[in-house]
Amino acid sequence: MSTAADTGTSLGLVETRRVTLFTEDDPLVLESGEHLAPVEVAYEPYGERDADGGNAIFICHALTGDSNAAGHHGEPKRPGWWDNIIGPGRPIDTDRFYVVCPNLLGGCQGTTGPSSIDPSTGAPYGLRFPMFSVADMVSVHRALAAHLGVPRPLAVVGGSLGGMQALQWALDHPDDLGAAVIIAATSRLTAQNIAFSAVARAAILRDPEFRDGDYHEHGQPAFGLSLARMVAHITYLSEEAMREKFGRRLQNSEVPRPGFDVDFQVESYLQHQGESFLRRFDALSYLYLTRCMDYFDPFADEADAVTRLRGGRTRFLLVSFDTDWRFDTSHSREIVRVLLAAHRDVSFREIPSPWGHDSFLLQVPEYHRTVAGFLRQLDDSRTGADE
Amino acid sequence: MRADLQVVAGLVPAGSQVLDLGCGDGSLLEHLMRERDCRGSGVEISDDGFLACLERGVPVLQGDIDRGLDGIADDHYDVVILSQTLHALRRPAFVVQEMMRVAECAVLSFPNFGHWRARAQLALRGRMPVSRTLPHPWYDTPNIHLCTLLDFQDLTVELGLRAERCVLLDADGRPAPERVGRRPNLLAAGAVYRITRP
Repeated sequence: MSTAADTGTSLGLVETRRVTLFTEDDPLVLESGEHLAPVEVAYEPYGERDADGGNAIFICHALTGDSNAAGHHGEPKRPGWWDNIIGPGRPIDTDRFYVVCPNLLGGCQGTTGPSSIDPSTGAPYGLRFPMFSVADMVSVHRALAAHLGVPRPLAVVGGSLGGMQALQWALDHPDDLGAAVIIAATSRLTAQNIAFSAVARAAILRDPEFRDGDYHEHGQPAFGLSLARMVAHITYLSEEAMREKFGRRLQNSEVPRPGFDVDFQVESYLQHQGESFLRRFDALSYLYLTRCMDYFDPFADEADAVTRLRGGRTRFLLVSFDTDWRFDTSHSREIVRVLLAAHRDVSFREIPSPWGHDSFLLQVPEYHRTVAGFLRQLDDSRTGADE
Repeated sequence: MRADLQVVAGLVPAGSQVLDLGCGDGSLLEHLMRERDCRGSGVEISDDGFLACLERGVPVLQGDIDRGLDGIADDHYDVVILSQTLHALRRPAFVVQEMMRVAECAVLSFPNFGHWRARAQLALRGRMPVSRTLPHPWYDTPNIHLCTLLDFQDLTVELGLRAERCVLLDADGRPAPERVGRRPNLLAAGAVYRITRP
């Protein structure tokens, strides 16, 4: 967390690009069999691509991320969500790697999602958008990789839902992926995880402004979406982090002002998180993406998963954080267990960090050293530097 | 690579699936992977060791082997290695049992506390032995479960295991000269055992 541990520099000004990857003539065939077209994807590329694309690292973002992982769009003080780990000389080193971060399928930051226009009606899809899965997100990532001349990425890196995509990628295409770096993720949500999701979705679905998903002319179901974000945010921080950050401190006065206005700092923080979320996120995307997470269960048929992984060449790094109670270390250990059963090369580390699930977004030195060391060796063994 | 690790490596059949417990910087596993066509992974508790393994390209799980090998299926590996770590464990018998659960064969190396130098220090100086292989003072040592070769053999009998091979080591960790074999428990500075289920 200290600036003394800072390594490398920020990328500076970057730009989001857009590409249409699936069209009416060549639609995206979802896992469910349904077709979706067009599918447009927003992404950001950083660094230089090798001739064969062998130095490419795909970044999969989490539930509410976007394609602006690193660098900034004109305001240096508001860099991308993973700027501390991606950049020249940083653990995901853009001097070595060609780094690509797409907005995921179903998102609301430039990639086709439920609030995109349905070409058959000329209106936003709303709840008519098909249900999709983490595997479908990976299909779109892979189409982008092919479009960018990357038949076999060196690695896919992701935290939380991003790590789930990395795991799915490795499972579905074990020959086409050098390594998967899976951080603070899970192969299966627990009942408690789904319960929090259910409360968040209920807040959105029961907001009268939701209008069965056809809210676009009237504006977002702000009450429900901000409440959903408030609930989720509680699960992203550890009890320790909340105590340290807020304790029982009051927001605007020295003495309590009993009543039902925001009085404690933690209340003010959650309210701010909820409100600022409205400016950058879409209620339908929130519904669909949390549902993808609930249904994600790639090891449901464990014997099949082991068979599929066994033949592949993907190497794995898993990282968990000791105070993460959203996806605690047992989630990562479960993934490690199945990968070992398939005789994959897997490294795993639980990092001490007080910040809970959010740790994966923060500059925790041991965590960054681990990712940097793994990727550097991967690159060296690719180029033969260590032979 | 350390001399005693060469001896350990020599007892691992080529092409084995190997688990190295307390693998340190991963140099033994790297050697086995490159020179002997083995595959496998290490378990290491220290941050520095973990990172050194990553940087060598050796798969490594950070963890405390005293807690057992949860998550590793029975018979998952061909060989489990425990080199110069047995005496630093809190639960050596439990760990040996765990090792024999995940593989049929284990290779262990450890210093011999029955070596004449250790005996002499205790008998003549009346103080806990300190040596090149066990350099720590009694109040500040990770080595909490020291044993002699005979003690270890008793443990294998107790656990119903078979000591299939034993290479005696000198103080530099190299195979000891033949005469040491006449009084191993007195003359060997250490040993590498290969043990199997009966």
